Amino acid sequence: MFPRRPTVKAAPRAGADAPNAVSGLDVAKVTRRFGRTLALDDVSLSLGPGEILAVLGASGCGKSTLLRLIAGLDVADSGEIAVGDRRVAGRGCHEPPETRGVGLMFQDYALFPHLTVLANVRFGLAHLPGAEARRVAEERLAQVGLAHRADSYPGTLSGGEAQRVALARALAPRPRVLLLDEPFSNLDAGTREHVRADTLAVLRRDGIGAILVTHDSAEAIAFADRIALMHRGRVVQCDSPERLYDAPRSPFAARALGDIIEIPGQAVDGLVTTALGPLPRPASMPDGAVRVCLRPEAIRLGPVGEGVTATVLGRAFAGAHLRLDLVVAGRDAPLRLHVPPEAAPGDRVGIHLLPARAYIFAETPPGERISTI
Amino acid sequence: MRETMSAARGLGWVGAAALAALLLSPVISLGLSASEGGGELWPHLAAYVLPQAIRDTALLLAGVGLLVIGLGTGAAWLVSAFDFPGRRLLDAALLLPLAMPTYVVAYAYLDLMHPLGPLQTGLRGLLGLASPRDLPLPDLRSLPGCIGLLGFVLYPYVYLPTRALFLMRAGTLLEAARMLGAGPWRTFLRVALPLARPAVALGTGLALMEALNDVGAAEFLGVRTLTVQVYATWVNRSDLPGAAQIALVMLTCVVALVGLERLARGGRGYAGNARRDAASARRRLNGWRAGAALALGAAPVAFGFLLPAGHLAFEAWRRIGGHGLPDALASQTLNTILYASVATGVTVVIGLLVAATPYLLGARAGRMLIRAAGLGYAMPGTVLAVGLLGPLALLDSGLFEVGIATALVGLGTGGALVIAYALRFLTVTVGASEAGLARIPRAIPDAARVLGRSRLATLTTIQLPLAWPAVLSGALLAFVDIAKELPVTLLLRPLNVETLSTHLYGEAARGTYEDGAAAALLIVVIGLVPVTLLLRLDRDAVLRRGERL
Repeated sequence: MFPRRPTVKAAPRAGADAPNAVSGLDVAKVTRRFGRTLALDDVSLSLGPGEILAVLGASGCGKSTLLRLIAGLDVADSGEIAVGDRRVAGRGCHEPPETRGVGLMFQDYALFPHLTVLANVRFGLAHLPGAEARRVAEERLAQVGLAHRADSYPGTLSGGEAQRVALARALAPRPRVLLLDEPFSNLDAGTREHVRADTLAVLRRDGIGAILVTHDSAEAIAFADRIALMHRGRVVQCDSPERLYDAPRSPFAARALGDIIEIPGQAVDGLVTTALGPLPRPASMPDGAVRVCLRPEAIRLGPVGEGVTATVLGRAFAGAHLRLDLVVAGRDAPLRLHVPPEAAPGDRVGIHLLPARAYIFAETPPGERISTI
Repeated sequence: MRETMSAARGLGWVGAAALAALLLSPVISLGLSASEGGGELWPHLAAYVLPQAIRDTALLLAGVGLLVIGLGTGAAWLVSAFDFPGRRLLDAALLLPLAMPTYVVAYAYLDLMHPLGPLQTGLRGLLGLASPRDLPLPDLRSLPGCIGLLGFVLYPYVYLPTRALFLMRAGTLLEAARMLGAGPWRTFLRVALPLARPAVALGTGLALMEALNDVGAAEFLGVRTLTVQVYATWVNRSDLPGAAQIALVMLTCVVALVGLERLARGGRGYAGNARRDAASARRRLNGWRAGAALALGAAPVAFGFLLPAGHLAFEAWRRIGGHGLPDALASQTLNTILYASVATGVTVVIGLLVAATPYLLGARAGRMLIRAAGLGYAMPGTVLAVGLLGPLALLDSGLFEVGIATALVGLGTGGALVIAYALRFLTVTVGASEAGLARIPRAIPDAARVLGRSRLATLTTIQLPLAWPAVLSGALLAFVDIAKELPVTLLLRPLNVETLSTHLYGEAARGTYEDGAAAALLIVVIGLVPVTLLLRLDRDAVLRRGERL
């Protein structure tokens, strides 16, 4: 499957030219333990003004803990956090969440069920005089298109509406950074796409820096300027979506953003040899066993005679594509590819590899951890 | 910038420390006053009072334990595993004895079973006998009588959690057992009982705590348990150190009971809140079997509630019809309501604050305070009262020293009683508030914090309004518990203040049963409130299940 490339990404990359540029965020060497488990292990991140960063990882990788620490709802064991140029957490310092100027949107929105929609949005505006608070709240509500639900109670809202109220509520006090904890995961697929686009548009327009926590790589790619990939409490790689896709620094990072076919190889002389054919050897790669991670688009099928010969073992209809199982000499498991429907069982085809989408890693001796940045 | 200890938070810590000290004071004071008495009294107690009191208490607890386990699990299995006409009604009715304080049941039965009472008179009439001597029935005033009486009133403590567990698990469980060819008996003995062990242990523990706490029934029936001895040693012999020493022995019993309960649960929790599965697998009974099941299930209700409550109602009606309302009844009711209301208010406020400490002062402080709040309930009423005397006297003299008060504020007025009630039933309101607060998803208060509210403001604007229904039901339960309470009231009430329960105790002590019937009936009516509440909550759960379908 070819990954859906984000064709248009809403305009400003950084908030420099946005109406009101807001300060960024710095997380430095933060560690958090829960009993014996290390939820966050020496995590460092930074967020530029107006930048949107996705923190991508499986559940339990520590990404929600990171958000809670930034928000001030939890206290780190060590490390420092600064919002803009103000240190809010660190040695002997823990500013409570109510004064950090950080907004947080929760996975299930956490709307106050006993308050109306308007009162929910107004809740964070207690520092303003009554009339002013009301005006700002109504404005925010109108901005997400829910002015007509001002007097409703949260229990009567649809999922998409609740999400938009939560966004309006989080943005009303003009937070310096907005944290979003899987805010789209409770929506059904159709609603999710356009609620996500609307949310992104609001953030871009106001130039608000945001950190989005998600386990959905497509969402991270569509939403963020940069993606911080987390694994077991550590940031494994932090790059733009393009670089993370095209230049993963570990097999783990390669797997994170899309399908990968992994095959062993040997680095000898100027080449890396594999069962699917040779690849050019990266300059820094030492001799010996390597692991080759191939994006599906790195494998090209052609007529027999070109490259390595494979036999079609089976085929299955899969909508726009055909799923082929190919047998290749020197590889035990059949190779599974999605291709345009052109082959039938028993056919013989030639395989050759495109080096641009093939990532080669030195085989780590067992027990050694995945390298981090 | 450190999260500075704000003035409010500092005050919170001081308050928590003061409350913890108050909660622990009865135990400490007990130890102190017991050691005061020291040498002279102990040999007497050890030789003449304790061996018999410990033996009677142990026998009573063992007997009551066996009886409540038998009745409670049997009834729970009957309504969970079988279906017969009247089952749903029986299911609810089996809870009714919860409304009967033990001393009221004892009071009612003593009158009912008196040689000249309606039961024996009727029986003799039926058999054509003239004199009570011609029909020698076993005397209720005995240890077996007391065991039977307490067992039939306290079995709902076992029935309630066991039934919940069976309901929760019975559907799949019964189907599985049936598929494997097991009959109802085998299923009960081999599958249901082992599964229900945590629930049975929990319920039996509670029932035995009540039995240990009971002062009225045991004394009316002439069983000299430890509780009765604490009371007698203090009130009749004015021997406070002696009472404190017996109280310490009782405290040991409580610790042993709690330990046993833990052991019996085998470290497993009692998960009473899990979802229920369908009870479609109930075995349908017809004909005589259905009748037998209904009769079997109705027996505990009849003995534990219908018979005594019916008798009280009849006697009260006859009494009021003949002589009008007893004069003192109004003032006793008023006293009961007054003390219970004030004490409930205090208990609810303190309970809320205790339940909120995890959110205000941190999880660890909260856990410790919540645990300490359970101490008062673990102590039988007489033990708590004896333990509170020292701290209350200290409080009075302290107030006197600083010139705030010139009289005995604590002991002289109802202040002592209110404090004692609050300590004893704090766990009720703490539990309710805690449950109410815990039901709020963590993200809700977190959202309020991120939106700029302090911990205290979050509690008052978000958490309390959402937890309110639970807090209210806790208040109701506490009110009823306080209104029915006997031992603490008996020992700590101000001079010449009578409540319904102390009045009843007095009438029973004098043997003038008929004069107390109206008061007893009122107590039963008050006691019915939480039972209906339980049933309501149950029905709500059923409704919620309907919504999910």
